[in-house]
Amino acid sequence: MLSAESLKKIDREIAKFPAGQKQSAVMAALAIAQDEKGWLATETMDYLAHYLGMPPIAVYEVASFYNMYNLAPGGKHKLTICTNLPCALSGAADAAEHLKQCLGVGFNETTADGRITLKEGECMGACGDAPVLLVNNKRMCGSMSRDKLDQLLAELK
Amino acid sequence: MLDYGPDAILMTGLDGSNWHLKDYEARGGYGALKKILNEKITPEAVVAEVKKSGLRGRGGAGFPAGLKWSFMPKQYTGAKYLVCNSDEGEPGTFKDRDILRYNPHMLIEGMLIGAYAMGIGTGYNYIHGEIWAEYELFEQALAEARAAGYLGKNILGTEFAFELHAVHGYGAYICGEETGLLESIEGKKGQPRFKPPFPASFGLYGKPTTINNTETFAAVPWIINNGGDAFLALGKPNNGGTKLFSVSGHVNRPGNYEVRLGTPFAKLLEMAGGMRGGRKIKAVIPGGSSAPVLPGHIIMQTDLDYDSIAKAGSMLGSGAVIVMDETTCMVRALERLSYFYFEESCGQCTPCREGTGWMYRMVHRIEHGKGRQEDLDLLTNVADNIAGRTICALGDAAALPVKSFINHFRDEFQYHIDHKRCMVSVPGGYFSAESAAVERAA
Repeated sequence: MLSAESLKKIDREIAKFPAGQKQSAVMAALAIAQDEKGWLATETMDYLAHYLGMPPIAVYEVASFYNMYNLAPGGKHKLTICTNLPCALSGAADAAEHLKQCLGVGFNETTADGRITLKEGECMGACGDAPVLLVNNKRMCGSMSRDKLDQLLAELK
Repeated sequence: MLDYGPDAILMTGLDGSNWHLKDYEARGGYGALKKILNEKITPEAVVAEVKKSGLRGRGGAGFPAGLKWSFMPKQYTGAKYLVCNSDEGEPGTFKDRDILRYNPHMLIEGMLIGAYAMGIGTGYNYIHGEIWAEYELFEQALAEARAAGYLGKNILGTEFAFELHAVHGYGAYICGEETGLLESIEGKKGQPRFKPPFPASFGLYGKPTTINNTETFAAVPWIINNGGDAFLALGKPNNGGTKLFSVSGHVNRPGNYEVRLGTPFAKLLEMAGGMRGGRKIKAVIPGGSSAPVLPGHIIMQTDLDYDSIAKAGSMLGSGAVIVMDETTCMVRALERLSYFYFEESCGQCTPCREGTGWMYRMVHRIEHGKGRQEDLDLLTNVADNIAGRTICALGDAAALPVKSFINHFRDEFQYHIDHKRCMVSVPGGYFSAESAAVERAA
């Protein structure tokens, strides 16, 4: 269900917590599973529930509560642009508009070629580099002018 | 070299790449921990020193750190936990990220000292999910500290033992609330708990737990090295030390600046390069999006410390200073903030779950030329009925911007309702009438 490498990573997370508290690793385990699979199918979550000794519903609850988990398949890349006030004061609305026009999609939509899913995000804690966006949850890009957005889109094949 | 300003004592000597253990040690790092262990300074004396320093919680609430530490039960022999709140998601705040990526060992040393002072064996640093690179860097810093014998059993050859782990969120503002954060570490939805019981008696896994902000812990080594009195003397009575301020919005040089508490706001604005384009300052949110907004003329006369900002009608909060110039439409600014609280409400308490959406919809329709005359009073009324009626402070945090924006900028909201358009009409401005008009036409 998950690769040996992913399971090894999950085991490392479990080891951070006291005996009998495997559930604490669910946040990390879901992120690791998502990295491997691209999104969290019910079967993936059920597998993790079994692996961590949790009721499946408790895993679904966590996966649906936190914004960065993908509960449906999306594009090859996910771009999440912050439009919160500090970013908006530094051009996030324009940046988001530019992305929508270049990609021909709105928020929560995926390009026809399945390349990119566009999401609107909340504060990422990097407002000094506004406007900021995240690529696939893990790579933060700052000061996203039109030029830098164009470069990024060209890079994301 | 990274420049946090001439007052910097925590973020000094940093160049962005010298975060490693050997660099930190070369700057005198882990000296405070060694001093405590070598001189056999008692845990009580450490807590007393932190109390004396006037160090107040840097995450937003401003609670005295030493006092919080003294709440931990001393006789309790079972597991106790130390938790660092690096879940920095309050709009405008980005200081803890710099500590994590540029000076992580200072945080580790601060947590070690806290663990020693409170007799705690295990700690967790909960890091905002969106700053993944910092999470990975912090893991590396932990590995360095373990390899050097600063973490684990028999630290520096003594009986003292402490293990520290990094954990991460994955996109939930509410986990910055301390009990929501504990729930999240336990592998649950981050819904805040009723208090009391407070974490010092019932915290992580139901055990006594102390939770401090990243910057709070990071200040502790300096306090031990230089004394609580010296730290206090840097600031003002009851407002000890320096503080990192995250400046964002319409300034020339957004970024983090470390200044002494009590520094005039005008000085900080100058450090941040002044207003972008030489425009006039209109409003400032001085402590993160949850803090009441202050008009420019008030903040320009205000000093940056907990008590002065409170007197001016807002809060120092996390030290996130969001600066807005004369081109800013306050209705649109509030619309975005209201959406944020609506989006991030955990849904547990009815006043917050329903009220944040209600407020957002009202501000949204005012912004889009569909406001009703009764909306302004109704907004205030809804805000009043959320504040103080929820388990955690997110309800208050959602209500305060609404109340303060309407209080200080009522004429702008009224103009939107009366004229169905924005009264701010500076071409090329941010949130200006021009862009609002484009949106309406669409």
